[in-house]
Amino acid sequence: MTALGKLLRTTAFRLALAYLLVFATLSTVVLAYVAWHANALIAGQLNATVDAEITGLAEQYRQGGIRKLVAVVDERSNRSSQGSLYLLTTFQGDVLAGNLQAIPGASLAEAGEREIPYQRVGENEVAPYPAVVRVFVLPGGYRLLVGRDTEERERLSAVIANAVQWSLGLVVVLGLAGGVFVARRVLKRLDAMTETSRTIMAGDLSGRLAVTGSDDEFDRLAQATNAMLDRINELMAGLKEVSDNIAHDLKTPLTRLRNRAEAALRTAHGDDEWQAAMEQIIAESEGMIRIFDALLLIARAESGGARGQIGEVDAAEVARGVAELYEPLAEERGASLTVDAPGSIRVLGNRELIGQVVANLVENALNYGASEGRPGEVTVSASASETDARIVVADRGPGIPAQDRPRAMERFVRLDTSRSRPGSGLGLALAAAVARLHGGTLTLEDNAPGLRAVLSLPRAAHAVLAPAETAKLPAPAAAE
Amino acid sequence: MTNAMKLLIVEDDREAAAYVVKAMTEAGHVADHAADGLDGYALAMQSNYDVLVVDRMLPKLDGLSLIGRLRAEGLKTPVLILSALGQVDDRVQGLRAGGDDYLTKPYAFAELLARVEALSRRGGPAAAETVYRIADLELDRLSHTVTRGGQDIPLQPREFRLLEYLMRNAGQVVTRTMLLENVWDYHFDPQTNVIDVHVSRLRSKIDKGFDKQLLHTVRGAGYMIRDGAR
Repeated sequence: MTALGKLLRTTAFRLALAYLLVFATLSTVVLAYVAWHANALIAGQLNATVDAEITGLAEQYRQGGIRKLVAVVDERSNRSSQGSLYLLTTFQGDVLAGNLQAIPGASLAEAGEREIPYQRVGENEVAPYPAVVRVFVLPGGYRLLVGRDTEERERLSAVIANAVQWSLGLVVVLGLAGGVFVARRVLKRLDAMTETSRTIMAGDLSGRLAVTGSDDEFDRLAQATNAMLDRINELMAGLKEVSDNIAHDLKTPLTRLRNRAEAALRTAHGDDEWQAAMEQIIAESEGMIRIFDALLLIARAESGGARGQIGEVDAAEVARGVAELYEPLAEERGASLTVDAPGSIRVLGNRELIGQVVANLVENALNYGASEGRPGEVTVSASASETDARIVVADRGPGIPAQDRPRAMERFVRLDTSRSRPGSGLGLALAAAVARLHGGTLTLEDNAPGLRAVLSLPRAAHAVLAPAETAKLPAPAAAE
Repeated sequence: MTNAMKLLIVEDDREAAAYVVKAMTEAGHVADHAADGLDGYALAMQSNYDVLVVDRMLPKLDGLSLIGRLRAEGLKTPVLILSALGQVDDRVQGLRAGGDDYLTKPYAFAELLARVEALSRRGGPAAAETVYRIADLELDRLSHTVTRGGQDIPLQPREFRLLEYLMRNAGQVVTRTMLLENVWDYHFDPQTNVIDVHVSRLRSKIDKGFDKQLLHTVRGAGYMIRDGAR
């Protein structure tokens, strides 16, 4: 496609053409209207002037007969050079008075109004002028002609015709020039955008569209696109982190599994040793299955899919039930687990998921909430505000530094960098995903000392579930 | 052990199916195999099986539709659904479609065996009894009392339900997840040994101070309550 062809095919240019047509038509109509009215006005004035002359002459004729009329016509002919025309002739066509040269007899033969060319007395060399005249036949065969030069009218028509031509020409030229200018400007910016998009598509995600600072629609488009690119970049980074983590978290147990199998093959003697090795291998594979299950569940929760049994759930009952489930375990570990969840707080949700999340939080509190020489103190409580149900799991352990808290809710993030303690690093990520699925939030707070994990869920009457179609890319599950 | 069961495994992965059939045979049961949904349907309608094990994703006729057809024909045989899909939603779907239990892949065979055996006893004589007895341990479901050797054993409500479930399945392995599902009504897989702690608490109440141990740990599988002398 040639550059011109490209230009002509732009939307901007086509729009300019359309406007051009509209404005050209409009200006033609307006000028035609003006011309018609001006013509009519001038014709009316001519007639009025001629009428006045005739009235005056008729008066004179009535008073003094033909003699008086001749005198008056003669007088007026000499006085008025302003375009009034007079001619008084006998029946034979001999001029008695007037400022017109003889005109064709036929023009005087009958009474009536007509347009004729004329020449004034003593203007032989000049081309005839146009005029509107009226002819009267007087008693005795005299002919009286009264008229008015119409050159003024003709001149005005010419001026208007001229204006029409010029304005049409100007409209067309300016319109075309404007169209070309706008189209080229648009084309230039779009070409720049397309070019940048191509490099981005080619894999350079760091590219951004230029923002000129004029805050026009292109700038806004560029800003929105850039924001989208930033988000995609973030997601890609998150995805990469997650896949790196998956690789790490699944490869580590896979390696251990393989090592154990190899070691058993090499060194195991006797049924007992074989049995022990096999049991370890199975335990490793179970750990991996757990990671898979948790990842799948998070993915389902984030895509809004895992809402199987949505119904009214009593958050306080869930808190009590989970606390009761874990109380013997806490006791066995020398920790205390107290529960403060009176009454009943209805939320709309999936009891399984909420229960699992609270269980995860309690397990976390039991696992990480104890410092050395100090047994864990875990409290599970449920309370209600006007709009939300809050299930709080708090411990008195070392807690999580404020700057690490959002990160703690991302997938696979384990703040214990050695990864020596049990756990997949998915518990809080799952909790956050489930909270979002229910239209609620998970926040980590300082329990001074210790950690308070607060699961807020909208109460039944206020519940707005995350729309199912917000299928998210696997985002880094940071609190947003 | 228990009476031999007759099972139908509807599973398109031949290796997995062969493994299950072999392991079931070793456990003393008889297992048939169907490789797709239509075969499974034909076999299930012809023979009298105790339990059907149906994979969700099957060629020709998927698992849920197969179960739907069987139920529409009035077949009441208990069905356990196997699935590689996720947990929450899919289990609900599976149970709504007429399944009786749901197990996600990959699973431990001990888990499958325990669940299949539990299904085969569902609605059996134990369900109707009001008093369960194992040796000198007695649980009265109406008065909510437990005695051993005539001696009252006070139990918390949850401990009572735990013992009740174990005794209903006396002589059978009951897995940890089965306990969590049936006693606490949760279906997740706890990462800690919560269930073990509950069971050992219960054990200390019913077995401590008695010569004969009734509540046994089955390694790699779960728990079983039985009269050791039998």
